Amino acid sequence: MSDELLSLSCRKLTELIRRGEVSSRKAVEAVFSSIEKTEPVVGAYLSTFIDESLERADEIDSKIAAGKKVGKLAGLPIAVKDNMCTTFGATTCGSKILENFHAPYNAAVIERLLAEDAVIVGKLNMDEFAMGSSTENSGLKKTVNPWDVNRVPGGSSGGSAAAVASGMCMAALGSDTGGSIRQPASFCGVVGLKPTYGRVSRYGLVAYGSSLDQIGPLTRDVADAGLMMNVIAGHDDNDSTSVNEKIAPVPDYLENIEKGIEGLTIGVAPQFHAGADVEVLSAIEDAIEVYKGLGAKVVEIDMPHIDYSVAAYYVIATAEASSNLARFDGVHYGHRTAKPEDYIEVYSKSRAEAFGTEVKRRIMLGTYALSSGYYDAYYLKALKVRSLIRSDFTGAFEKCDCIMTPVSPTTAFKIGENIDDPLKMYLSDIYTIGVNLAGIPGISIPCGFDGNDLPVGLQILTPAFTESKLLRIARMFESCTEFHKRRPQKV
Amino acid sequence: MSSVECKVVIGLEIHVQLLTKTKMFCGCALEFAGEPNSRVCPVCLGLPGSLPVMNRKAFELSVMAGLALNCKIANFTKWDRKSYYYPDLPKNYQISQYDLPFSEHGFIEIPVNSGDAKRIRITRAHLEEDAGKNVHTAGNFSQVDLNRAGTPLLEIVTEPDMNSGSEVRALAIELQRIVQYLGVSEASMQKGQMRFEPNVNLHIIKDGKEYKTPITEVKNLNSFRALEESVNYEHSRQLEEFLATGKTMEMGNKSTRGWDADRGVTVLQREKEEAHDYRYFPDPDLLPVKLTDEWIEDMRSKLCELPLQKQFRYVKEFKLSEYDAGVLTAERAVAELFEGAVEQGGEPKRVCNIISQAGLKLANEAGRSMAELNIDAEGVAAIAKMVEANEINAGAAGAILAEMTKTDKSAKAIAEELNLIQKSDASELEGLVDAVIAENPQAVDDVKSGGKKSKAARGFLMGKVMQKAKGQANPKIVSQILAKKFG
Ligand SMILES: [Zn+2]
Repeated sequence: MSDELLSLSCRKLTELIRRGEVSSRKAVEAVFSSIEKTEPVVGAYLSTFIDESLERADEIDSKIAAGKKVGKLAGLPIAVKDNMCTTFGATTCGSKILENFHAPYNAAVIERLLAEDAVIVGKLNMDEFAMGSSTENSGLKKTVNPWDVNRVPGGSSGGSAAAVASGMCMAALGSDTGGSIRQPASFCGVVGLKPTYGRVSRYGLVAYGSSLDQIGPLTRDVADAGLMMNVIAGHDDNDSTSVNEKIAPVPDYLENIEKGIEGLTIGVAPQFHAGADVEVLSAIEDAIEVYKGLGAKVVEIDMPHIDYSVAAYYVIATAEASSNLARFDGVHYGHRTAKPEDYIEVYSKSRAEAFGTEVKRRIMLGTYALSSGYYDAYYLKALKVRSLIRSDFTGAFEKCDCIMTPVSPTTAFKIGENIDDPLKMYLSDIYTIGVNLAGIPGISIPCGFDGNDLPVGLQILTPAFTESKLLRIARMFESCTEFHKRRPQKV
Repeated sequence: MSSVECKVVIGLEIHVQLLTKTKMFCGCALEFAGEPNSRVCPVCLGLPGSLPVMNRKAFELSVMAGLALNCKIANFTKWDRKSYYYPDLPKNYQISQYDLPFSEHGFIEIPVNSGDAKRIRITRAHLEEDAGKNVHTAGNFSQVDLNRAGTPLLEIVTEPDMNSGSEVRALAIELQRIVQYLGVSEASMQKGQMRFEPNVNLHIIKDGKEYKTPITEVKNLNSFRALEESVNYEHSRQLEEFLATGKTMEMGNKSTRGWDADRGVTVLQREKEEAHDYRYFPDPDLLPVKLTDEWIEDMRSKLCELPLQKQFRYVKEFKLSEYDAGVLTAERAVAELFEGAVEQGGEPKRVCNIISQAGLKLANEAGRSMAELNIDAEGVAAIAKMVEANEINAGAAGAILAEMTKTDKSAKAIAEELNLIQKSDASELEGLVDAVIAENPQAVDDVKSGGKKSKAARGFLMGKVMQKAKGQANPKIVSQILAKKFG
């Protein structure tokens, strides 16, 4: 019974709960029995809230029993990446420096989930401060890929992708600064959507690269991503960068999701395929063939500046990070060194002791890029590249409805394989990073498997604030393929 | 002896706390004092995940101030992060404005001794958030109070256009009047709502060659007096140092000195200004602010006449003294009271006297500002008119004004109630005069005799009439009647 429940879509399960045919308590219990079984192997969660979740499930069940109105996510067991502030449990960002940090407020997305009667069952592992592509940079826990426990789940939202893939929650929220939702979604064979910058409030999301960060859903199918978007998308007065809904109205993302796009034109850029594994490329080509079979047309587009996206990203993201992470200083909260000589040592030792190698590396990169005498050569130049990349996309979308690319050059790599080669690790985000620089939405959907039976993700990109269209295009493929239905059997 | 000419050169860096209800980037209340860390939220605590939202009111007030300082207001301005580590700065960066401040290239006119105005150039004015406070109590540690963190501050930087302590003081007072007039700030120096940091050095010509002494920045100035005295002190200290060491700007770096008010000296705090790298970059959490010309003009139309303009106008238009005009324009409410009373027919000098003598005395006694006393322009005008018409004597104005602060009765009603109306009825007064003449034959004789005694005797009779009238006789009329009686 419990496995059956967990194989349902979010839409179906919440509908059954709402109708009183299944209780939220049952759904939550099913998730926790799955966690009990799978978590020791996968290691996706940094914290779980079994008592609170059951209590909340009972509240929702009694609301339903009393005939009261319940929200869009009524009774659904959902988990969130541990960089979103919650008043319950810790908010660690996968870092020792925040290991015991308890936020006094909920992130805007958390408030929205709760307002729609979701049950937040736990918080998920991640690369420390979302810096990484494998979740190996977590300072607190190791997460493995449910398809192959010797491989990484991707990152930085590795916990989110692994938990959704292995049935330890119905859906999850992740955050994406350079591919951190799409790449783990692709490695774990689930759907991951990075919305347009400004579509979802960042209030309460612990910042990494503020001008790039965006929260989005990881789900088992495309329509569930639409359901989650119906809850989390929209303006927030607390986030000045969240977009006014008069300028960009929030549609019902589920309304037309089954309607394909007639005369779809797919843009394909040679720059987006360079360097990818043969098996990955052939899965992408097959996927595009499927679209052609549905009547789509393919045009070649040129993205002349996309090759510079990794370089520009690692200047902009690290510059912002060096400033965003300055507040973790041992003075006000978080880890403080035991016996400082003076207040300077409170800073230097607390930070030296609690930040991991990758975080330190990026703070130093960013500090350097912003330093007087280097600002113009690095930060300012990166901003110029950013606007060129943006115009590459604008130009491309004049010729096509969407762009299709692999999510990552490879499928999930082995644990430890890239950890000593940060540059190689950075390059694994080569197809996803430009999207954050341009601020446009992107989705990863399962589109095949390689010879090791590891999932391959197809990335689809559309112009800003067209997530509705993006989901419809993704759903066209999903509705005539079975890849999204396969679940990892190894754990 | 070699010849030494010396000019002191001063520029100011000024922080003005804006008069908003809430902080610059969050909804926390702005109040003076309060339990430590009682007015804080995730944003001003700099908690992870929190985001700033610009206080529009603070921005509007700043633009008003920028316009009043004759600055060019930018159509595009943005926010930058200024990075440095300090315990009272919770994010370890301050949100400020770096290369594109909202206003630049202005000037302020200050009154100088001769009754003229001197123009001091304003380099720029920008908005930023204040830091918290480190509290050092007993023990080998410090504590941090973040109530002040996030307070909106207007930072104004002047060009080094001032050449004496008194000019610096004049600028400070003038700026205080301006921001108070505009409702931009309460600008109390004691409460730290207005902070001045002068940068002082000397331009010395010795034996025909010019030398510049190293610049000193002076801190801890919490009164106009401290500001002026510290500049004067630096003037003589730097001259002495130069004569003793010959040290010039090229050789010595800028230093920071603190004012010790008790001893009347500045004390070295930091010798070499560290080469700070604040790593400014645009704050990605805040949108740039774009201003249309229409909006800027709309703000300009909300400006009022500035205090110094008023002061000069009062001298010209109402023939008041420099001093009186200064007193009347010190506070906007006082100036408005004055202008209102004049508009309602009060003779300007008369109105000025009532306000600047009786009114301000009352305010002082009550420990309040004039605006907080229950006195309106109509009442002041009525008193002025009564004095003018000899219905009351000038000395009675104070008593009526004092009563006015307590009741809503008219000036006339109060004067009657207090028996302050002078008897001006000639026939009534004539009766009194006749009675006095009858009762004092010796004095009458003396008057009639003319000569030396006559004048004194006339005064004596006058006094007797006033006595009989219980001080309420109009002396002018009594004197006329006496004159008639004795020819
Ligand atoms: Zn606050």
